[in-house]
Amino acid sequence: MTRIEVLKTYKLYIGGQFPRTESGRYYPLLDKKKNVIANICLSSRKDFRNAVVAARGAFGGWSGRAAFNRSQILYRIAEMLETRKAQFIEELLLQGATKSQAEKEVTLAVDRLVYYSGWCDKFTAVFSSVNPVQSSHFNFSVPEPTGVVAAVASEDSSLIGLVSVIAPIIAGGNTCIVLASESKPLCAVTFGEVLATSDLPGGVVNILTGNAGELISHMASHMDVNALVYCGSDKATIKSAQELSALNVKRFFNWSLNWNDGSSQNPYLICDLQEIKTTWHPIENIGTGGAKY
Amino acid sequence: MKKIDFTQTPVIDQVSVEERVARLNTRSIKKSAKVEGLKLALNLIDLTTLEGKDTAGKVKQMCYKAMHPHDELPGLPTVAAVCVYPTFVGLAKKELGDSGVKVASVATAFPSGQSTRQIKIEDTKFAVSEGADEVDMVISRGEFLVGNYNYVFDEIAEVKEACGKARLKVILETGELSTLDNVRRASEIAMRAGADFIKTSTGKIQPAATQPVTLVMLEAIRDYYYETGIMIGMKPAGGISTAKSALNYLVMVHETLGNAWMNNEWFRFGASSLANDILMQLAKEAKGVYQGGDYFSKD
Repeated sequence: MTRIEVLKTYKLYIGGQFPRTESGRYYPLLDKKKNVIANICLSSRKDFRNAVVAARGAFGGWSGRAAFNRSQILYRIAEMLETRKAQFIEELLLQGATKSQAEKEVTLAVDRLVYYSGWCDKFTAVFSSVNPVQSSHFNFSVPEPTGVVAAVASEDSSLIGLVSVIAPIIAGGNTCIVLASESKPLCAVTFGEVLATSDLPGGVVNILTGNAGELISHMASHMDVNALVYCGSDKATIKSAQELSALNVKRFFNWSLNWNDGSSQNPYLICDLQEIKTTWHPIENIGTGGAKY
Repeated sequence: MKKIDFTQTPVIDQVSVEERVARLNTRSIKKSAKVEGLKLALNLIDLTTLEGKDTAGKVKQMCYKAMHPHDELPGLPTVAAVCVYPTFVGLAKKELGDSGVKVASVATAFPSGQSTRQIKIEDTKFAVSEGADEVDMVISRGEFLVGNYNYVFDEIAEVKEACGKARLKVILETGELSTLDNVRRASEIAMRAGADFIKTSTGKIQPAATQPVTLVMLEAIRDYYYETGIMIGMKPAGGISTAKSALNYLVMVHETLGNAWMNNEWFRFGASSLANDILMQLAKEAKGVYQGGDYFSKD
């Protein structure tokens, strides 16, 4: 008797769980020869809403962790991704990449995670400042995480675009909901499995698959989302997302970058999703000689 | 009056109860029906604070919230009542004035109920003398579990007498009763001893209110009504924190007891965080966008 292959069901990643879309909607993912590779969840606004609840719930714990601990966890994600390289390469091949492209993309994704892992406990030192003021105060500014971030990952790549947008967001202590590439969603779901085994608390990263055009207005208008990152270049989408973001003065960023390029990884992306808090701490007197804190 | 043997109360088929709950939960309530349901649910809430760290300030703030759930949205009802410890009853009464929001007080050595009969009666009388409209008592679960049903019955009857005009809610603390059979039995004892309401939980023990437990209690109320013609109120408390689950409870009440119970004379939710979730859903329906907790008062 011939064995029937056991196929994987590609689901969403919300709050550390792998639910199907609540809407029950799917779209078929086709390979070059128009064969169906998998049925992918077509997420609804309610899936997004559930993901926001999960992300909000996880925010206190994640932002409250020591920066060094966040760094360790990002490194752990890199470790997990490295050990599952073969699976990601296989999925990239299914989605039309060549062997060498696929290998390069996975390696780059691992390296990118290690890069941001290193920045976790260092970026605050770079972006903080002690400010000279005209009164007897010790005045200093420090970055703090913005909160819950919604993101639309690049449509062009399956893995590197997703990792490159998630890493700087969570490195800074935010939690996020990321919509994966609609045409190349396989690695996104598998990356959720990597996250689930990386000591990353459930809800810090939530991954949806589906249509950006359908979901972005809900991402931009949701009052409990603090920032929106859009990795695309559609002018009309950017304009309407910016307008809706104004509802709760949400931060909007258009990261239209070439993620395969080394220059696309930098600490300024972490800093985009930070709010600067300035503290005025009273001191006895001012002056260069004898300021007493 | 017919003599009741409390060892012979109906036994409950747990699997069927859970299946019925699951079936009722598939009811879909959308659009304007949802808005009406949510407004009703808001009007059924006993806004509750029962913490060791409660202060006069906290109680005052909660009373304001009870009368003005979210002024930004016009046409909202008030909640049904605030629920506090006896020492805060006088203050809550003063703050709420003639707003129509009632004051409920827990009593009888809440939440454990481990005290003497005398102290429990005094506790109740104090709450009533301070102006409580409703008293939430706890039953003696230990005595119930060893089978001392008469003790539990007599205690409820005595507290009821001490309540005078105040309505009495009897907390069964179902999380400590282990089985649905026990929940049914405790409900029978409470109703026959003079309870005006039966209530699931103190909120201090997990699990607190669950749908199967609530359904069993609702059915006990229904059977008692068919037998005697007396209406008894129901109050699930603890653990109901989302608007969606509140609607699920309303479906159960409607299906089991009918329209007569769909008001705050006969049905209440004991909750603290539920109110804000309902308000967020109502704001979502009014404004069309999902809401965030930052825009709603915490207490």
